[in-house]
Amino acid sequence: MVTWSEVVLTALGLGALFAALMTVVLSLTWLERKLLARIQRRAGPSVVGPHGLLQPVADAIKLLTKEDVRPADAPRFLFWFAPVMVVLPSYMLWVIIPFGDGLLVRAMELGLIYLIALSVLEVVGLLLAGWGSASKYSLLGGFRAAAQLVSYEIPIIIVIIAVAVFVQSLDLRDVVGGHATTIAGRTMSYAGQGGVPLALVMPLGLVVLFIAGLAELGRTPFDIHHAESEVVGGPFVEYSGAHWAVFYLAEYMNTFFIATLTVLLFFGGWSWPSPASVLGDSAPPLAVNALGAAWLMAKVYAVAGVIFWFRGTYPRLRIDQLMAFGWQVLIPLSFANLILVATVLYYGWPTWTLPLISVPLLAVVARVAFRRYADPRKMKTVRMFTRSTRADGETVLAPQAGES
Amino acid sequence: MTARVPGAAGSPQTLDMMVNMGPQHPATHGVFRMELAIDGERVVGLIPHIGYLHRGSEKLCEHEIYSQIITLFDRLDYVSNFNNELGLVLAVEKLMEIQVPERASYVRMILCELNRIASHLLFVGTFALDAGAMTPSLYTFRDREMIQALFEATSGARMMHNFFRVGGIKEDVADDFVVRVDRLLGELERGIDEVDGMLSFGEVLLARTKGVGVISGPDAIDWGMSGPCLRASNVPYDVRVDEPYCLYDRVEFGVPVGTQGDSWDRYYTRVVEMRESVKIVRQCLAQLQPGPIMAQLRRIARPPKGEVYAHAENPRGDFGVYIVSDGGERPYRLKVRPPSYCNLMPLRDLVVGSYIADAVVILGSLDIVLGEVDR
Repeated sequence: MVTWSEVVLTALGLGALFAALMTVVLSLTWLERKLLARIQRRAGPSVVGPHGLLQPVADAIKLLTKEDVRPADAPRFLFWFAPVMVVLPSYMLWVIIPFGDGLLVRAMELGLIYLIALSVLEVVGLLLAGWGSASKYSLLGGFRAAAQLVSYEIPIIIVIIAVAVFVQSLDLRDVVGGHATTIAGRTMSYAGQGGVPLALVMPLGLVVLFIAGLAELGRTPFDIHHAESEVVGGPFVEYSGAHWAVFYLAEYMNTFFIATLTVLLFFGGWSWPSPASVLGDSAPPLAVNALGAAWLMAKVYAVAGVIFWFRGTYPRLRIDQLMAFGWQVLIPLSFANLILVATVLYYGWPTWTLPLISVPLLAVVARVAFRRYADPRKMKTVRMFTRSTRADGETVLAPQAGES
Repeated sequence: MTARVPGAAGSPQTLDMMVNMGPQHPATHGVFRMELAIDGERVVGLIPHIGYLHRGSEKLCEHEIYSQIITLFDRLDYVSNFNNELGLVLAVEKLMEIQVPERASYVRMILCELNRIASHLLFVGTFALDAGAMTPSLYTFRDREMIQALFEATSGARMMHNFFRVGGIKEDVADDFVVRVDRLLGELERGIDEVDGMLSFGEVLLARTKGVGVISGPDAIDWGMSGPCLRASNVPYDVRVDEPYCLYDRVEFGVPVGTQGDSWDRYYTRVVEMRESVKIVRQCLAQLQPGPIMAQLRRIARPPKGEVYAHAENPRGDFGVYIVSDGGERPYRLKVRPPSYCNLMPLRDLVVGSYIADAVVILGSLDIVLGEVDR
């Protein structure tokens, strides 16, 4: 039976979660602008508040007070519903994300399944926005988003499954904190990531998850669905004011989500390095929990920083290259990872055999992918010519000595 | 362009979609407009539209005296203004058979080569933006700004200089010119290396530009392409070497020539060209001697009756000026051969059959300036 106190507590939790997420999103926009500015040798926001800290607030006020414009031909319901359809799943994801041991709104034993199910929903909203904007660029962007997000969801799912297989649980709390389970009379105990984070055990999974996550977010170098120089703003091109702000909000919530998922699955969440061992055994549980949550947030912001760093560094892939990379590289790699994990578990090999096999595999794949485009022999296509005098006295350009 | 019939052989029951790219699209570098017919992500047809920036410059020239025309030429290719001015004054000087003082020629070469670097820097930045990288553009704009600061110190204007004159230059450069340019060159070299290292050999850029928009050498010649776009197609032709003007025969420099004729070669020839321009400016500074800066002339140039064609190597290619003079102080007819316009010609052949994203990169690699295309 659901009691009233549970309902009230959950509602309070959801409210607190929403407030926390807003703060995080505002801080992330500020962080991204500052980081990008540093990469690009600019100052970034610096006028509103100290170091421009209040700039996101000013932006939010400006966006919320702006006029909402709907194109004349756009179907009213689809156009206004699309942002909701995008932001709702991104918000609902957070219900089961633990920020510490027991520090979550709703514990779910099949939490990872819930994550997978909800994170795919976002694409519906983007497609609605693309179709409902009655704009050709939006439509192109919407279909690009659909193709991209559906393709890159697969490696993410397979990596999550690999982690679940390794941990023998679909509960995120178990992934971080460890547990013991008995299947068919065989007891498996998983120590959690307090000692060794999964990144060292399953580097292949980490790489696949992070790259596919970038694509799932539509972040550089996979930002084709809102590529400014091609489809201008993709599905968002016709939106303005508060509705555009909602898309923006969802985008940063998703960035934060992928960063958090990476940290929870591979960097030990709140438990690595173990806060209890840092503070000593006699520390009060509140302090241990607080330090764990601080660990988690520090790591999440670091991963988000890497995502922003990518944005300041890379050009954008083309859609066929993006799809080829997803289907030909990431998906096979994610399956290889899954099979590897299953094999190691089945035969009871020691855990260190996993990185021993997967790191060389990853290196070989990276080398092949790199050579495909950046082969030094293929790159030398520009030769140097200099002035020389022909037999008849004309000055012409001839290959410089030493250039073939 | 033929929109394909739905249900025709090899095509499902779909219609091609018409998409208007431009004149207000971020990737069209101004007010160029492409009417694209797309089948999914593939471009199956393209109609280019130009003329949004048409100001009738050539007709206007017929009503101005030659020293006033210089200001109109500043506004043709508005990112390589000195080179444009040079094209005009070269033509008039050729018609009047004027011997330009050496110092003036050297200063012209220095300014033109710096302008070439500024123009190519702008190209590298916008090309990176087209390919989706935002950082290089900010780096190149920083370096370009230093060049423009020097231009402002020299001519009084960042872009619309009105500095070259028939027979020389408007006024002598400042005393610290040589020192300043020398310092600038060092900073430019650093900046060019920085952007080159950041962008040129990145896998993503290589993947996006290698083999994209390939045009063969003979085709490029047939279309009338020139400059880096022509040289990228393995055609070694540079006006500075083949028909030297100013004092280009007194400096040593290399000319990069591509072998593939793809977008990456068009990009990289420009990067290498910037380094060669730095070398040219260094040699000019070393050879720069005090002396007169203007030939002895009447105040208002009045070329003899006749016609003349002179051309110079602009950052975008072979910039030609054809003047018909009736002996008056205004040209009877003035025609510009704009390199951007000619380089734009093969656009449809290059783009049709590729992806939308390629269309953006190819247009970017041709590096057009609409002020010159539309005139």
